[in-house]
Amino acid sequence: MARIRLHEIAHARSGDKGDSSNVGIFVFTQEAYEVLLREVTAARVKSHFGPLVKGRVDRYELPNLLALNFILHDSLGGGGSESLKNDAQGKTHGQALLLMEIEVPDAVLSRYPLRTAGPPPSAG
Amino acid sequence: MARNLVRIANGQGFWGDSVDAPVALVERGGIDYLTLDYLAEVTMSIMQRQKRKDPRAGYATDFVDLMKRVLRPCKEKGIRVIANAGGVNPSACRERVLEAARALGVRVKIATVEGDDILPRLDELIGAGEALASMDTGRPLSDVKDKVLSANAYIATFALAEALDTGADVVITGRCTDPGLTLAPMIHEFGWKADDWDRLAAGTVAGHIIECGAQTTGGNYTRWWEVPALELGGYPVVEAAPSGEFIVTKQPGTGGLVNVAAVTEQILYEMGDPSRYISADCVIDFRTIRLEDAGPDRVRVFGIEGSPATDTYKVSISWLNGYKASGQLTISGPFALAKARRCAEIVWKRLEKTGARFDETSTEYLGIDSCHGPIAPAAEDPGEVVLRLGAKGKDQAAIERFGKELAPLVTAGPPGVTGFAGGRPKPQEIVAYWPALIPKSRIETRVRVEES
Repeated sequence: MARIRLHEIAHARSGDKGDSSNVGIFVFTQEAYEVLLREVTAARVKSHFGPLVKGRVDRYELPNLLALNFILHDSLGGGGSESLKNDAQGKTHGQALLLMEIEVPDAVLSRYPLRTAGPPPSAG
Repeated sequence: MARNLVRIANGQGFWGDSVDAPVALVERGGIDYLTLDYLAEVTMSIMQRQKRKDPRAGYATDFVDLMKRVLRPCKEKGIRVIANAGGVNPSACRERVLEAARALGVRVKIATVEGDDILPRLDELIGAGEALASMDTGRPLSDVKDKVLSANAYIATFALAEALDTGADVVITGRCTDPGLTLAPMIHEFGWKADDWDRLAAGTVAGHIIECGAQTTGGNYTRWWEVPALELGGYPVVEAAPSGEFIVTKQPGTGGLVNVAAVTEQILYEMGDPSRYISADCVIDFRTIRLEDAGPDRVRVFGIEGSPATDTYKVSISWLNGYKASGQLTISGPFALAKARRCAEIVWKRLEKTGARFDETSTEYLGIDSCHGPIAPAAEDPGEVVLRLGAKGKDQAAIERFGKELAPLVTAGPPGVTGFAGGRPKPQEIVAYWPALIPKSRIETRVRVEES
């Protein structure tokens, strides 16, 4: 079993819905998706975001895209023009979720086609 | 004869997006329709204000500047334009574009779609028993009616298709669904009917994928270092077939990328419950979307299933809900973060003594944890920190007072404080969002055509 950050295997994107944000994440293999289903629960996402999410977290499954969609309720300080936050629209919540650590079986990781620790030094 | 392929591009994901992207799309060509999205909730309220001051205002002025640049090549290449640039005054927008066309000596036919703006009808609708209750809180709109700034229904896309049926070169709408700008040409070209639920769902998903412009062609891509030539990034193009299947791509020779991962990311953007994505025209099950690599920078999208539309339109209402201000200072040197925390403490203590009261305040440390709070990796002794303070409340004078308390820190606080540019933060009106529903029977759309 290896402990990795989600960004090593997953993609994410986030946006806003009023005072809630949504974070979609997905992976590239069925067996890695099963790891996501087990590891990235609504309860763990709620605890990962801590005080950033004042309401509940809902999780939806999209097996066709090997994706999960999370709704983080009451996470934008009112949302849109009502918010005082630097990130009033949850644009960065996807990146925040990718910082979460999960347990992945070594065999799943060794077969994973796109594992990455990040950009090469020349990238930026 | 009906076409069996229609190429639809998006050249503007929001008002403020690249002003050159739509011009580049037209120059490269190989597209039949150019869609442009200018409207967000806040935009509508700004436009209503402009229109109140000047009956000739209240639309996206950028669009008129753009039309001056592309009307002639669009006409020559047979590219038709669909834009929600009309805001709360589509006819004024049409007049400005017609003036531009005359000045250029280009003959154009412009259709406007109206009927979405229900601000002038609020008393009538509430009187007729429409509560326009907030979908967030359940409160009836009558609670805040005197503070309402704008109210617009997301109208059905068939009204836009009807505008295309007139043969117009340019279609200007107010509030319609964002994906509707892309779905409309498919309905028009392929003759889709109001109960073709799967096809309407497919066209809506196509619109959802391209409505945010470069976000589907490599912008915001998780593995950003793999995206080629983002500085020359192309904008998205959909190649749609009558069956509802489509290809997402971009023009040859442009930067960025289109692959299954990029399209998946954009499908997930701003998503709610994927089993019921409700649009004005149908309800879509996003769990039926199938994606397939179809060659370099090409993704095939198919299998999409829709179900009957609801009997209501969503209404986007904006209202005035107090004031806010925020400002920032840069704190540098040894113990920058500790100094920034001390600065914040000084500001809030001084304000407390003035008696100014706020509904909410915020204290953020940019460069440390303003986006991700405790998730952010700890920054040990950063060289500098930006302190961002904000306050909001009903009392404009208190917010104004807040704005006066930042600059003194440059001389009266710890050393190494700078970056106080742009003057005192001024109170801004808070434009709050009030989503509601209205029976479709209450909304009637009108199409009007004018030629230069």
